[in-house]
Amino acid sequence: MYEHDVIVVGAGGAGLRAAIAAQEEGADVAIVSKLHPVRSHTGAAEGGINAALREGDSWESHAYDTMKGSDYLGDAPAIETLAQDSPEEVIQLEHWGMAFSRDDDGRVSQRPFGGLSFPRTTYAGAETGHQLLHTMYEQLVKRGIEVYDEWYVSNLAVSDEENPEERTCHGVVAYDIQSGEVEGFRARKGVVLATGGLGQVYDHTTNAVANTGDGVAMAYRAGVPIEDMEFIQFHPTTLPSTGVLITEGVRGEGGILYNSEGERFMFEHGYANNAGELASRDVVSRAELTEVNEGRGIEDEYVHLDMRHLGEERIVDRLENIVHLSEDFEGVDPLEAPMPVKPGQHYAMGGVETDENGETCVSGLYAAGECACASVHGSNRLGGNALPELIVFGARAGHHAAGRDLGEAKIETGKRGEYEVGEVDTPVSPGEVGLGSPSGDAVADGGEKAADGGAVAATGEEIVQRALDRERARVDRLLNTDGVNHSEIRSDVQQSMTRYVNVFREEGGLKEALRDIREARERYQEVGVSDPSRTFNTDLIHTIETRNILDLAEAITLGALARDEFRGAHWRKEHQERKDDSWLKHTMLSWNDGEPELWFRPVILEGEGKTYEPKVRSY
Amino acid sequence: MSTQVPESKEQTESEPETKPVSQGKQKRDQKKRERREREAAEAEEQSQKEEAAKLAEDSYHLKVFRYDPEVEGKQEPRFDDFHVPYKQGMTVLDALIYARDEYDSSLTFRHSCRQAICGSDAMFVNGSQKLCCKTQLSDLSEPVRVEPLPHAEVVKDLVVDMEHFYDQMEAVEPYFQTNDLPEGELEEQRQTRENREKVKMSTRCIWCGACMSSCNIAAGNNDYLGPAAINKAYRFAMDEREGEEMKQHRLEIIERENGVWRCQTQFSCTEVCPKDIPLTEHIQELKREAVKNNLKFW
Repeated sequence: MYEHDVIVVGAGGAGLRAAIAAQEEGADVAIVSKLHPVRSHTGAAEGGINAALREGDSWESHAYDTMKGSDYLGDAPAIETLAQDSPEEVIQLEHWGMAFSRDDDGRVSQRPFGGLSFPRTTYAGAETGHQLLHTMYEQLVKRGIEVYDEWYVSNLAVSDEENPEERTCHGVVAYDIQSGEVEGFRARKGVVLATGGLGQVYDHTTNAVANTGDGVAMAYRAGVPIEDMEFIQFHPTTLPSTGVLITEGVRGEGGILYNSEGERFMFEHGYANNAGELASRDVVSRAELTEVNEGRGIEDEYVHLDMRHLGEERIVDRLENIVHLSEDFEGVDPLEAPMPVKPGQHYAMGGVETDENGETCVSGLYAAGECACASVHGSNRLGGNALPELIVFGARAGHHAAGRDLGEAKIETGKRGEYEVGEVDTPVSPGEVGLGSPSGDAVADGGEKAADGGAVAATGEEIVQRALDRERARVDRLLNTDGVNHSEIRSDVQQSMTRYVNVFREEGGLKEALRDIREARERYQEVGVSDPSRTFNTDLIHTIETRNILDLAEAITLGALARDEFRGAHWRKEHQERKDDSWLKHTMLSWNDGEPELWFRPVILEGEGKTYEPKVRSY
Repeated sequence: MSTQVPESKEQTESEPETKPVSQGKQKRDQKKRERREREAAEAEEQSQKEEAAKLAEDSYHLKVFRYDPEVEGKQEPRFDDFHVPYKQGMTVLDALIYARDEYDSSLTFRHSCRQAICGSDAMFVNGSQKLCCKTQLSDLSEPVRVEPLPHAEVVKDLVVDMEHFYDQMEAVEPYFQTNDLPEGELEEQRQTRENREKVKMSTRCIWCGACMSSCNIAAGNNDYLGPAAINKAYRFAMDEREGEEMKQHRLEIIERENGVWRCQTQFSCTEVCPKDIPLTEHIQELKREAVKNNLKFW
């Protein structure tokens, strides 16, 4: 068993920042990551980092834009924290050497992005995430922070008191991908989840193959509520054949969207008469699909994004890698022709419920970055707000986990204080099909009764050991079972999600998706790994990941079915209005003995000096 | 899903399976039989699928390197043939994924972002180092040979051990060092556009290891820093924000016995770099800088 003060799971932007922060506090910190840090998906972020750095801009304005962008489903304490902390964090990155694009006076450049009232998106060409990831990894090397790379964390070691709010996380269990060894990692002070996105729930996504939502699913099964899962952001400009992302920076720099009739539809069809192409992502995604659905799409599938008029010099200066992406992955030279684009899954606004300090309701368990939901993005994330979230909340979670007192959080986590019990009508019962396979030779189920009430007094080490024993048994079973291949289960769910739980959602389809997920869960009872090797067994990892995909697909769909209104990225055919009277609240799901339980928590609109009043969101 | 009021939730005590053992065993045996039958049917279906793909005109023939130190029958390295149905725009990575998901789930390779930024799927394709995700099948002649990166230890199939590569990267102090931070925490260091432009290409490295694998010198001398690490040194040495003193220190590092002077300007690193970094040029420029600074040569 390995032991450290703080264990960070995941080595993307949030994980790296958290590890650096924990070390700044003097903690012995280690990162456990299924990829080598420089392979993390933060590297694929293109556009930039929002931070109020300049005269004429202010954190208050950044906070206001973010609240409006969230369609009033963000929590003010989290949003204000983001806006207040990001300037310092961004300048710190510069001090760490990050290769930002520069203005003539040598200062870091900023550019306009959708939904922002000031050009506050700081960037490094169209490869901001790559530069950020590498800059932070460099700091990790400098500080000698230990990294267990290519170790797949497959479960958390959490005590089993009946109420999640009384539980403690003592560490994680991980699988060394190279050797096949399963080991326990005890965290003396805290575990920070920074496992990133869950795009692999869908089959058309900008996300990496590794983005299977492991952290969200593990925390969920350990009793931590997950929040606002129905809010999935679809990015309006992804390449149709692969889902590769074309940054919003293209529109920020002046790129134009056309339909098959050559109309600049954002204006000509009145989707966003003021902001046009720079309306926020949900608005543009719906506009594009409406064009396609009404017969004005190209090849019934996509629209055109044209940047030729910007001129080669400007394109190469600011958007160079877009030229390569379009050529390599779509075969289109954007200096010569418009790029085909369509919406694709891009970001999960929801995730592990945390407060503005990154802490969950389980003691010693923190989450930051895309896997977390401190509720910064509400129902829709603004472009350029994901990267500041990584560094701001990564830093806070890391500091806090290592013992720094960040003051009392204004956001309350867990089922404490004010909440409302929820109800939703589902066609099949969600949750676990049954613990273990009915045939007796049970295979992967990952889920376990968190609260068996038996071992409340166990020490941290014993709790990690118990989780380790269970995980070893699970891996042994999986390796010794020749069953259904995970890939068919996974692709069926991905397709169902893209079909029914996409940009446009309707009741019948959502129920269909729940049926498909249930069926997939049943088949998963018989899943097995055909590769018998312990060495670099990707078959095994993908099989464990698939379980996470199932739980999250279900959570997204349940949330979408429950929320009978139209807000931000969540569009419902039967409910075409935002219903502030009944829906200024977060959708929460708790995993209780293998079954999701739905409840709601009110949105916090009271900020530091003001209360954000919901207004019509027009651009 | 029903609603749960927190307190009223009934504690469902575990319900142990108390079926007689014999019945359980019978059931298990039956399951096993069913599974065997299903597997046989699936294997049949797969070989039919592959057979059909082979016959179809629009399929690609891949010869893929296989090796697993643990599995009997794979301990002796070999090539497996896969016939993958072709779709417009299909890359080598797409073909490998297809082969893995449809034909053989033990086929092992690294990959993640699918968009040439994570750097994990560099392999040896038809005799040259390539990033599989950005290599179009249609640009290759058949059969497409896919092998692990040369000059690195093979862990399994197409996966190589990257430790040595990472060690070389770390040897050049790959992090920004300056003593010249401005006063005030919200003030950035200034950098001219020209200077940023100068280091820009060098910052694009995704650590895929293609260059190192293609370098004859690195192959024959394990201690040579290699093109990626020297490029990393270039990235900082040329960044004006680090200052003159640090630049001297950086030049000293790359001037050591296994630094820039080992490079024989064969350009193979530059040829294979998937991010078009002019690696050889950067190495040459560092040699010139070293000479200009009157530092010792060997």
